Amino acid sequence: MVRIVGIDLGTTNSLVAYMADGHPHIVPGRNERTMVPSVVAMTDNGLIVGDPAREHLTRSPERTVYSVKRFMGKGLEDVQSELAYFPYQLTEQGGVIRIKLGEKTYSPPQISAMILKELKQRAEAHLGESITRAVITVPAYFNDSQRQATKDAGMIAGLDVLRIINEPTAASLAYGLQRKTQGTITVYDLGGGTFDISILKLKNGIFEVLATNGDTHLGGDDFDRQIADLFVREILEQQGLDLTAYPDHMQAVRLEAERTKIRLSDELKITATLDLPEGKGRYSRELTRDQLESLTRKLIERTLEPCRLALKDAALTSNDIDEVVLVGGSTRMPLVRQLVQALFGKEPHCELNPDEVVALGAAVQADILSGGTTDLLLLDVTPLSLGIETMGGVMSSLIRRNTTIPASAKEMFTTYVDGQTGVDIHILQGERELVKDNRSLARFRLKVPPLPAGVPRIEVTFLIDANGILNVSARDVRTGDTQSLAVKPSYGLKDDEVERMIGESYKFAADDLKARQLIEARTEADAILMATEKALKQGAHLVGEEDLSSIRTTITAVEAAKSGEDHKAIRAKMADLEKATHHLAEVLMDNSLKEALENKKLSEFSDV
Amino acid sequence: MDHHTHSTAAPRELQMARSMCWHCQSEVAGEYFCDRCVKVQPVSKEVDYFTCMSLPRRLTIDQRQLETKFYELSRAFHPDFYQNKSTAEQTISLGNSALLNTAYRTLRDPIERAEYLIGLEAGSVKEIRNSPPADLFEEILELQDTLNEYRATDCTSETKSTVLAKLQAERELLEQRQRDMEAALQQLFIQWDRLQDRAEATDQARAERSRILKQMRENLSNRTYVKNIVSDLASTIG
Repeated sequence: MVRIVGIDLGTTNSLVAYMADGHPHIVPGRNERTMVPSVVAMTDNGLIVGDPAREHLTRSPERTVYSVKRFMGKGLEDVQSELAYFPYQLTEQGGVIRIKLGEKTYSPPQISAMILKELKQRAEAHLGESITRAVITVPAYFNDSQRQATKDAGMIAGLDVLRIINEPTAASLAYGLQRKTQGTITVYDLGGGTFDISILKLKNGIFEVLATNGDTHLGGDDFDRQIADLFVREILEQQGLDLTAYPDHMQAVRLEAERTKIRLSDELKITATLDLPEGKGRYSRELTRDQLESLTRKLIERTLEPCRLALKDAALTSNDIDEVVLVGGSTRMPLVRQLVQALFGKEPHCELNPDEVVALGAAVQADILSGGTTDLLLLDVTPLSLGIETMGGVMSSLIRRNTTIPASAKEMFTTYVDGQTGVDIHILQGERELVKDNRSLARFRLKVPPLPAGVPRIEVTFLIDANGILNVSARDVRTGDTQSLAVKPSYGLKDDEVERMIGESYKFAADDLKARQLIEARTEADAILMATEKALKQGAHLVGEEDLSSIRTTITAVEAAKSGEDHKAIRAKMADLEKATHHLAEVLMDNSLKEALENKKLSEFSDV
Repeated sequence: MDHHTHSTAAPRELQMARSMCWHCQSEVAGEYFCDRCVKVQPVSKEVDYFTCMSLPRRLTIDQRQLETKFYELSRAFHPDFYQNKSTAEQTISLGNSALLNTAYRTLRDPIERAEYLIGLEAGSVKEIRNSPPADLFEEILELQDTLNEYRATDCTSETKSTVLAKLQAERELLEQRQRDMEAALQQLFIQWDRLQDRAEATDQARAERSRILKQMRENLSNRTYVKNIVSDLASTIG
């Protein structure tokens, strides 16, 4: 049985967990930090991930990517309103956002893949085995493109993604496993960038999702922005200094805003301080919890409407909910707890660490897939209605939101013109009437044999699999032939592009290794050169001219190799140098032995 | 005992005619798994949702029994349990799960259940009504007028709130209508089930059967019409 790990790929932090002895465990990192900050930085020595990358947020903000999850499965126009907040440069290519880092551009799945690789290596180091299979979590309200982008990220990272699972449902698995809960529960999941609400029925090991709702663009990041905006505004008013012109200081503001917000969950009053550029000294400001709450209340209240909609879709009232579970770092905010409690009329549970519970649940799901856990089963739903474009730009719904997955719908297509050889199909996701108000998922052209109008009958099956990802197939009803479809995603990487990125990622891995080997070889060569110089100073007079000239030639050779890029060549010349200095080293050794003996004799004498 | 042997033999014969295992080609006697090689079998497209859920074809059903069966079959078919199996088995698991989920969703809701049953009994159903049912004609016309008036009036004006109050009242009236229609449907469901339970093959029973079917069909389409009007109204006036 090959181990499958569970990964929580978060907006702010990511974690990896595994199952052992019937319980999920988080893989600890160095110095026991379980979370890997979801930050990737391009440095002069290549790409770095996690804690060290976080250090670069203020040092080289234009080359340090954070919150990349906000861009998964999106086009540039989707994030137009918040472009100003990000110090790194975003462009678009083929409907997919690209992030510019130095000379190269990367798609969000490629950046996410770097975080996934870091988690993969962490798990490999901890478990002492190769990790190739994973379950990755996504916000329940993620659409098809965002799920597909997450799956692509896994593939680019060299992981076989066996399942994409919804974060609140993963949390319910970890939670239900621990507490052996039965009944109706609500999972309220407010993370760094996304909000989800899921209502589940737990009965005899079956976790049946009744309804889900959410907002994929609402989370801790948005609260931080409110505070950061306040700081920036006040600095402008008090000092006449516009910090937005200083990307490094803007990052410092963002981090200080986050720190202030976090501390205000435990304390009532905090002083935030910032070093200002242009010799303007320091900005220091006291912020109370009340002030934080008035800054964020509107945003937090925005989570309540999805809660009501989910209750309505589940045909329940808040009285029917037995337990409310809080997930995600932002649920540590007292105001969040207060509003959730007011809506559901009961105190929410938060026994499990809200940062870890999603990854723990992903590990449980991974264990179900590997056949380890057999008594639990998760029945999830699709968060958004799926449909196709019909006449007049109207969406015709085929699979309604909150339908249990896997779900399928069949639709019959025919022609309107004699000899017509194709039918264009446009797939959409969303709850609105008009095509333009919904999310375009993909387009494809159905091939039709040339026949009189209305005669061809092509049955298209739309199937949403257990990952919440759409699969489309078509069959000619007259001939029974199935046809393969070239589905062109509206906001996703094309298959060949993903292939190329997987290849590149291996190449990058190889490049990274080569770079590391080169740096190591150069460092060692420097050490040997220094030692040789020292030896020559001490013992040049003890060896012959022949030895000396061969040593000098090999030193030049090592130095030449060192300025090259080939670590093997450096090591070869280093070996030559060692051979050439062999005699010198011996002579020196003898000499120092002699000296040591002489010193010893002297010391012996002095002892007496 | 005799009775027992008899009742198990009959479906067995049916299934013999029905299928062979896709994997080992042996006759499939088990319900969804081959007895010999234990491979999962695709649920036949001919199987109706009631049969799939082991329920009698009735309009009043035991919800708990339906849920139990749904969970039981989910444990048998869900793709989670086929991760280490062959591609063929994974495909069957996916197809069966999707069908099972549709069956459960359809039978769980009394209206969808009735529409589905009528479809089984009397061929394709869903008549989509574009004009109001006769007894609602006046009401709907009046509603349209009030709605037009509402849309035409200025947001701030006082008449707006008067019109809004009128719309609210009409909405409540329509919602009451919908509830009445559902109650009437419920009565028809009970009548239908009783008739089916008696299983008489007389002309009178046949006539009664088609009368109830026709009535149900009409009530269902009227109810859908009213329901759509109500939800449109709700989204207009909030």
